[in-house]
Amino acid sequence: MHLVEVKGLTKIFNGTIKAVDNVSFEVDEGEIFGLLGPNGAGKTTIINMLTTVLKPTSGTALIGGYDIVKQSKEVRQLIGVVPQEYTADEDLTGYENALLCADLYGITRSLSKQRINELFKLVELENAAHRLVETYSGGMRRRLELVCGLVSRPKLLFLDEPTLGLDVQTRAAIWNYIRRLKDEYNMTIFLTTHYMEEADSLCDRIAIIDHGHVLKIGSPIELKNSIGGDIIEIEVKEDADDLSKILLDIKHVKNVKRNNSTYIVRAELGEEVAPEIIEAIRAKGLHISKISLTKPTLDEVYLEYTGRKLRDAQANWEEIASIRRTIKRARS
Amino acid sequence: MSAQTNLTDNRNLEVNVSPLHGLWALTNRELKKWYKKPFILTMSLVQPFIWLALFGRAMNINAIFTSGSFNIPGLNIPKEIINQISKQIMESTFGTSDYFSFLAVGMLSFIALFTAMFSGMSIVWDRRLGFLGKVLSTPISRGIIPLSKVLSAVVRAIVQASIVLIIAVFLGLDTSHITLFNVLGAFSALFLMVLGFSSLFVMLAIRSTSWETQQAIVNLLNMPLIFASNIIFPAKYMPEWLQPIVYINPISYATDISRQLLLGSPGMASLAFDFLYLGSFALTITIVGIILSWHYLSK
Repeated sequence: MHLVEVKGLTKIFNGTIKAVDNVSFEVDEGEIFGLLGPNGAGKTTIINMLTTVLKPTSGTALIGGYDIVKQSKEVRQLIGVVPQEYTADEDLTGYENALLCADLYGITRSLSKQRINELFKLVELENAAHRLVETYSGGMRRRLELVCGLVSRPKLLFLDEPTLGLDVQTRAAIWNYIRRLKDEYNMTIFLTTHYMEEADSLCDRIAIIDHGHVLKIGSPIELKNSIGGDIIEIEVKEDADDLSKILLDIKHVKNVKRNNSTYIVRAELGEEVAPEIIEAIRAKGLHISKISLTKPTLDEVYLEYTGRKLRDAQANWEEIASIRRTIKRARS
Repeated sequence: MSAQTNLTDNRNLEVNVSPLHGLWALTNRELKKWYKKPFILTMSLVQPFIWLALFGRAMNINAIFTSGSFNIPGLNIPKEIINQISKQIMESTFGTSDYFSFLAVGMLSFIALFTAMFSGMSIVWDRRLGFLGKVLSTPISRGIIPLSKVLSAVVRAIVQASIVLIIAVFLGLDTSHITLFNVLGAFSALFLMVLGFSSLFVMLAIRSTSWETQQAIVNLLNMPLIFASNIIFPAKYMPEWLQPIVYINPISYATDISRQLLLGSPGMASLAFDFLYLGSFALTITIVGIILSWHYLSK
């Protein structure tokens, strides 16, 4: 069942700037879905429309069967949002901030206290719960935002750039929390990111977007395969005739390049193809002296689809200021 | 459709979905940020205190007559007569026999106005720091957002005005007319004034993303609003071109109510008219302000 159905979603700012252009996709229940794209690609605008903060210029989306334009109130009861910015009040404690979030959803006091204690424990923030947020590190702030997004036990959780500006260890920890939270509460997660490794390690499916268009949707493996799959490099011990023809006959092999006794094979499902190559060559009475298997990274996929040109001044100043503010606080 | 109801059914049991839910939570957030920082509260009281202690006391208008230097050559007017005349002049001008009391009551409106004007600033900050976006994605009704700003401004203004009143009493405010009933009356006038002005400033700020603009608006408007009212000088002695503005300015009516009740001054209009004017202003601007803000936030 599709939990989210986006249909022709479009947002035009000031009558001229097409931030999101006729975007359609589905998100299945229970998956982690990622929007991957450069700054200014339209990721945040899509999230803002899906979370009913912005109204689409045209098109719509259904979340849990509810229309984001006509039934926004019902939609808001189903979703939780962790914005890109650190929105907690610095001069209140983490606990007070979480209580405020619970109150915004109208959750009764006794229930929200119980849930907040549980969530603070889950993200290992219970010892800092009664400290002022201004004393929190970037990672702690991010965990607090997660707590706020989760007090309402949302069916669907939106995470906008969940690890922007965080260091590697903190980022890995946040990913763990996200996975654990998803399992614990059986949620569907919708996230945006411009970090490849984040999309690769967290997401079940990824949509690459740029200039307001969806360029490609698929699982990380599908995306990697879409640009030609894995690279298998072999070196044959003996001097022999051209083996390209034999290699091309193997299932999943896409193309073969020969350089003397070295062959570069591009294939989907490299792990399965490699043993078959070895067998095929052995069957010819030949031996392999070297073999390597390289998987394309999501970076390559991303660059393939979004182009290699440098992006200057793509995002507007407000967005840039907001990103800068977030990064600055993340490092504090 | 059954899938839809399943998703929300178990939620409705444990949540409060009244249209006003979240109003107290958001108002309390503003108030907490204020009362948890005694420094900010103190700073906001310094300005009216300076006006009271320095301006109010320095403008020692009574002394013009009573210091002994005032007399007409050739006529040896007895001191008691001069004192009597000066008292008459003071009372007919300021409605009370000393200027300090006149100004002190005006300062109640002053502090209330200041608090109301800055209520727009916090919504600009909420927008810039992403808090507003977060709130907009929760099931809270959108009208609650401006309403919470207005309510917290009202509470803050009332508390600050109470403190200013107490300070004024210690500095020598004429307390002969002060009764609980009169104080309540004066504060209900302040309540209406803050309600109207903070709705106005929230409405002005709701679209803005720059607090600098908001600051500039506040700075531009505060002096004219104060000088073109009866806060520091009675309207009837102002130049004719200025008087109509003073009589339109709702601050004049709030101040007039306070002076009639707290000092027993003869007012510039009847209490009933003052309340009617101020009440209509507050009600109209609040309804328009909240509806416009609501509409804008729903875009």
